[in-house]
Amino acid sequence: MANDAPPRWDRRMQQRLARGEAAALGELYDRFASLVHNLAHRVLEDEEAADRVTREVFGYAWENPGAYDPQQGSLRSWIATLAHRQAVHRLREAEARAAADPAGDGTAGEGAVAARGRRTAEDIEERIREASVAARADYIVTSMPAPLRAALELAYFDRRDYRQTAAELGVTEDEARRRLRLGLQLLSTARAPLPEAGPPPGYGRAL
Amino acid sequence: MSRPDDGTGGTEPAEAPRIPPPRPAAEDSGRWPAHWHPAPPADGAPPPRGPQEPRRPQEPHEQQEQQEPQEHQEPAAESRGRLPAPPVPPVPPPAPQLSHAVLKSLLGAWALAACPPEETAAVEAHLNHCNPCADEALRLREAVGLLHTEQSLDLDPLLRSRVLAGCLGRRPARIPVPDWAGVYDAEAARLDALLRDMGEAEWRAPVRLRWFDGRRQVGRDTTVAGVIGHLMVVDGILAASLGLPDPLGADAPGDPEARTEAYWHDGPELSPEAAAEPEAVREPWREQGHALVRTVSFAGRGARMLPVPYGGFSLPLRDSFVDRAFECWVHAGDIAEAIDYPYEPPASAHLRRMVDLYARLLPDALAQRRRAGLAGPPRRLGTAGAPGRTLHLEVEGSGHWYIPLDSPAALPSEAETVARIALDREAFYQLAAGHVPPEEAAAGQIGDPEAIRDVLFATASLSRM
Repeated sequence: MANDAPPRWDRRMQQRLARGEAAALGELYDRFASLVHNLAHRVLEDEEAADRVTREVFGYAWENPGAYDPQQGSLRSWIATLAHRQAVHRLREAEARAAADPAGDGTAGEGAVAARGRRTAEDIEERIREASVAARADYIVTSMPAPLRAALELAYFDRRDYRQTAAELGVTEDEARRRLRLGLQLLSTARAPLPEAGPPPGYGRAL
Repeated sequence: MSRPDDGTGGTEPAEAPRIPPPRPAAEDSGRWPAHWHPAPPADGAPPPRGPQEPRRPQEPHEQQEQQEPQEHQEPAAESRGRLPAPPVPPVPPPAPQLSHAVLKSLLGAWALAACPPEETAAVEAHLNHCNPCADEALRLREAVGLLHTEQSLDLDPLLRSRVLAGCLGRRPARIPVPDWAGVYDAEAARLDALLRDMGEAEWRAPVRLRWFDGRRQVGRDTTVAGVIGHLMVVDGILAASLGLPDPLGADAPGDPEARTEAYWHDGPELSPEAAAEPEAVREPWREQGHALVRTVSFAGRGARMLPVPYGGFSLPLRDSFVDRAFECWVHAGDIAEAIDYPYEPPASAHLRRMVDLYARLLPDALAQRRRAGLAGPPRRLGTAGAPGRTLHLEVEGSGHWYIPLDSPAALPSEAETVARIALDREAFYQLAAGHVPPEEAAAGQIGDPEAIRDVLFATASLSRM
C-alpha cells in the first residue's frame, strides 16, 4: 500500500487539483476511495450511504483543494477526517429522521440506520462514539507503518507467538516485542475522547 | 476479524490466583488467557468475545471499563473457520525472573496472547504489583479489541465513474481527460482494484494467456505478476511514443510479444524473491498508467492522431488507448479466472468504444486475411467509396455496426446487408480476446455463412498475447 506517500506527493496532488486537472482527481480516487468508503461504511453500516459519503468527500476535495493544509498532516489524514466528519454528519441526520419518523414508513433513505427506529439522544451519541472509535481504529491499522502492521497481523490473525513472529519477519525477538507493543499503543489512541473542535484524534500526522 | 475466543479458563490453579492460564501453542486453540470468563454456554451459543483486561486486586473501578471493549467486537470468527479448542486445564510453569524492562517490552505480545507460557506467567505475576505496567496492559488489551477485519468490501467498480462525474459536474475540469483515455483509465482502475487485496500466493498463481494467431489458438504460460508485467511493457509502447520513459529502456523491441518475452526473461521483478513484493510489479504498472493519462490530458487534441508503432502495424494514439483498455479487460479477466474471482464487463459507454475500434479495424483485417488466402475472395469488385456487401454486427448493450465485406474502401450499406452477427458482451469478449475458436463463438447468426465465418475469424485474429 502507498500509505507512506511522501509529503511531496501530497503537495503536488494539491497543486494539480487546484489547477483543475481531471487526471489528478482520478489518481486521488484510486488512492483513497477504499479508505473513504470503508470508513463511511464502518460508521453508517450501509452501502448506499457509504457511496454517497464517498461522492461527497471527493466532491469537497475537488472543489476545495485549498482547504488542505500540508502543515496539519498528510493528505491521507485530511481525507480521512473529511470522510469521518461527513459520515458522522449523515449518521446524525439519519438518526434524526428515524426519530421523527418512528414508524419507519420508508420515507427515510439511509437504510439500516433509519430502520432502527426511535432512540434516545444518548443512544445516538453512544452509537456515534462507538462508530467513531471503530472507524479510527481501522484508519490507524491501515495507516500504521507496514512493519508494525505485519507484526500485529501475524500475532493476532495468524496466532503466532512473538518468537515465531520475529522468525517470520526476520527480526530479533526484542524487535518483534517492540513492534507488537508500539502497534497496540498506536491503536489504543483510537479511544481518545473526541475534542469539540479540530480533527478527530487518530488521524494525526504521526501516522 | 475478531478471532475466536472460547471464553473458557474458569479453572484457576489454587497456587496462582488471578493469574490467567498460559496461552497454548500459537497454532492450536488461540484461547485468550483470560481466567475470569464463565464457562461457555452449553447450548453452543457463541461465547463472549473480546479482550479482557488484566485485573489488579482491590481496584473495583476497573470493573466498569471491562464491559467496553466487548461492544466493538464483531462476530466474524466463524468466517475464519477456526473453532475454539476444548478447555485445557492450565498448568502455568514457574515464572522466570525477568527484569522490569523486559517485562514491559512483553506487554504488547502479552496483550495479543503471543507470549510463551512461562513469560505469560511472569508478566501476569508482575502486573499484580506494578501499577504502570498494569495500566498499560489494560490499555493494550482494550486496543486488541479494536483489531477488526478490514472490511474487504469490494467497491462497486462503477462508483468511480459516478464519483468523478459528480465532481466534474460541481467543478468542470480545466484540464480534462480525453474520452478515449478515460476508457483506459477506468479499465486500469478496475484491474487495480482486483489486484489490491491479493495475497502473495495469488500473485504467483499460474495464468495461461490465450489468443488466436490468425490460423489457430495459441497460448503462453505465466503468472499473475507476469501478466501485469506484460501489460506494463506493452503500455510502455504508448509511453515511449509520448516521450515518457520506456520501461524496457531505449533499445527495447517494438513488437509487443518480443517486449513481453524480453521482460519475462530479464525482469528482476519476476524473480522468486520479488514475488514476495507484489508492489514491485503493481506500482510501476499503475504509475505508468497514471502518467499516460496525465500526459495525454496536457497534450491537446493534436496528440490523438499521433501514430503508435506496434512493430508490424501502428494505431493512432486515440485508438491505441482504447486498444490498451480492451487488453486490460482481457487480462483482468484472465487473472480473475486464475484466482477464481468474478469480473464484470466494462461500463457500456466504454465497451461501445472498444467494439467500435474493432469494427473499424475489421475491414482491413478481412482484406489481410484475403491476401493471405485465409478468407474468401470478394464477391463483387466495387468502386472505392461505393456501397457494397455489408455485415451487420450487433453487440449487446453497445450498438450496431455495419462492416463492408468486399474492400476496406467500400461503403457499408444497410440496404446491402447480407449477414448479421449478434453477440452478447461475454461472447464478444471471448471472441475478440481469441479465447474461443472463432467458429464456436456464441454468436447469433443470420445470412451468408461465408461472410459470417470470415468476420468471426477476422475478429479473433485481432487478438494478441
